[in-house]
Amino acid sequence: MLNEESNNIAESTAKGATVDLDEVEFFAKIADSWWDPKGPFKPLHILNPARIGFIRQEVEKHFDLEANLIKPFEGLRLLDIGCGGGLLSEPMCRLGADVVAVDASEKNIKTASLHAEQSGLEIDFRNNTAEALAEAGEQFDIIVNMEVIEHVADVDIYLSACRKLLKPDGIMLLSTINRTAKAYLFAIVGAEHILRWLPVGAHDWNKFITPKELAAFSEKAGFAPKAPTGFVFNPFMQKWSLSDRDVAVNYAMAVTAD
Amino acid sequence: MAEATELTSDITIIGGGLAGLTAAIGLADHGFDVTVVDRAAQEALTDVSYDGRSSALAFASCQLFEAISVWQYMEPYAQPILEIRVSDGPSLLHLHFDNETLGDGPLGHLVENRHTQIALFERMKELDNLTFLAPTKVADIKRDKASATVTLEDGRVITSKLLLGIDGRGSMVRAHAGIPTSKIDYKQHGIVCSIEHEFGHCGIAHERFLPSGPFAILPLTGNRSSLVWTEKSHLTETIMGLSDRAFQSEVQRRVGDFLGDVKIIGGRWAYPISLQYAHDYVAERLALLGDAAHGIHPISGQGLNLGLKDVAALIEVLVDARKVGLDIGSTQVLDRYAQWRTTDNASIYAITDIFNRLFSNDIEPLMLARDLGMAAVDKVVPLKNFFMSHARGTVGDLPKLLRGEKAL
Repeated sequence: MLNEESNNIAESTAKGATVDLDEVEFFAKIADSWWDPKGPFKPLHILNPARIGFIRQEVEKHFDLEANLIKPFEGLRLLDIGCGGGLLSEPMCRLGADVVAVDASEKNIKTASLHAEQSGLEIDFRNNTAEALAEAGEQFDIIVNMEVIEHVADVDIYLSACRKLLKPDGIMLLSTINRTAKAYLFAIVGAEHILRWLPVGAHDWNKFITPKELAAFSEKAGFAPKAPTGFVFNPFMQKWSLSDRDVAVNYAMAVTAD
Repeated sequence: MAEATELTSDITIIGGGLAGLTAAIGLADHGFDVTVVDRAAQEALTDVSYDGRSSALAFASCQLFEAISVWQYMEPYAQPILEIRVSDGPSLLHLHFDNETLGDGPLGHLVENRHTQIALFERMKELDNLTFLAPTKVADIKRDKASATVTLEDGRVITSKLLLGIDGRGSMVRAHAGIPTSKIDYKQHGIVCSIEHEFGHCGIAHERFLPSGPFAILPLTGNRSSLVWTEKSHLTETIMGLSDRAFQSEVQRRVGDFLGDVKIIGGRWAYPISLQYAHDYVAERLALLGDAAHGIHPISGQGLNLGLKDVAALIEVLVDARKVGLDIGSTQVLDRYAQWRTTDNASIYAITDIFNRLFSNDIEPLMLARDLGMAAVDKVVPLKNFFMSHARGTVGDLPKLLRGEKAL
């Protein structure tokens, strides 16, 4: 239900923008909205600690890393697909990873680059797609693939590109929304219509993927999938936590090269 | 300015007093690069005349000092509090707390502030990622979306992700950020001094509610005690102006004879008593801790303990943020600290304020009510445990450090 790729605010502002508008100032404004924890991307900011917690936990396990390191991802090359304003790219960089972040929207890339620079972080942002990177023969230790797959036109083609991008001993982290009645209620009725977290029509329930299907798609692309982990939202605490059992709405899955 | 030295650190702290230095050490101990700025020199901060007060450190505060390896330097100067006796002036009905009811070690420790400060400096020497700049004054503070920059009068410039104002009641950091405060003036002063006495105190702390305000006798190491004598502000000047001999006999009269002959040691100090709180604990790239955020009436000895709770909560929030790669100075991270601490502090202000209003007067029905109240609380074990847990600082949503654990 959360999608970093469709930046409707940026899109609509772009149409009304004049040609001679100072570009930096223009993107700085969008960056402000991306990075405002109470702004239009509030749900992503709230979800971020939980999903990064999941990424960290899986990467630590996979590479057998020492616990509680300040920069656990040091020496690892990481790809962030569909990076949006860089809400995941920046934390990954702070955790020590050598980050390449791609997004299909040029506006997102410019916005994210500007914000990372202001934050003093070195991240290689590219206006590119996973398919093009795979074509070029790039490879990564970690691929972060969060809230992207439910927006992809052809899951098979997309995942086989991801498979090419992953080093033989690497790990990919996927997250998406389950196709259950609860997910329909929560993501579409709740997040779009009631909470107005997302624009109506941001999600198509029919494109949601169950954990079983995601595992099957991954296997077909040559990945070995692990058991899914659910993200459970506590509306009173305004906080997400990880759950081994409840994968009915948002969930994540780690997959490794087969 | 062109040749000014440029320093960068994760966190800059204004204020190197007890709470400020504890925060600096705690953060450095958890791997953050910290710079502390204070206008007073290190020697001045530990001088006998600088701060004559002692603090009743709640059990939870001692746990914090233990967790960040400061306690070892304080322990020789720490007097365990084994029992607290609360009484209402001449009344015989009283409330009595002892550690045997809770069965988990002393209720807290009494330590002279000076010794805590020295212990903190000892521990500071062991940390390479902690820089202490003093004496020096802040000339300018600038904050923006990405960082906080502090310019010192000597031209040095410190840039960091987060600025902490732990610079006391009259906080300049708070003033710079334009954060308003609210204040209740109790028109009382706390007169503080130390005494030496003939008989041992057996680790018992006494709190007596006299009409002018609470009078506390707090056990220090050896045959010594620290006194906190709350007095109406208009009488304070007269008392402070008394000759040593006259002052001593006033003290003896209030203490009574259970400690034998008492003798004043060192100086006497008077501090105005008021409850003050900042309307916000955080702003862009900035957080307030300790007295800069809230000063409370010292009636329940919670002042420093509350400040240390701020410190423990902030360290935990920042460590959690770093664990998931978040920007430690971002609004999202600082808001969690503010929410955590405002909820907890608000309840303590209220309790302290009510306590003081209830006990600082001579109205007959109220006196009777509170006597009966105290006698009743003394008989009801769960209620008593509740008050004791409060005194030990072990209630509420406790940061890990206050449980003696690292915030990892």
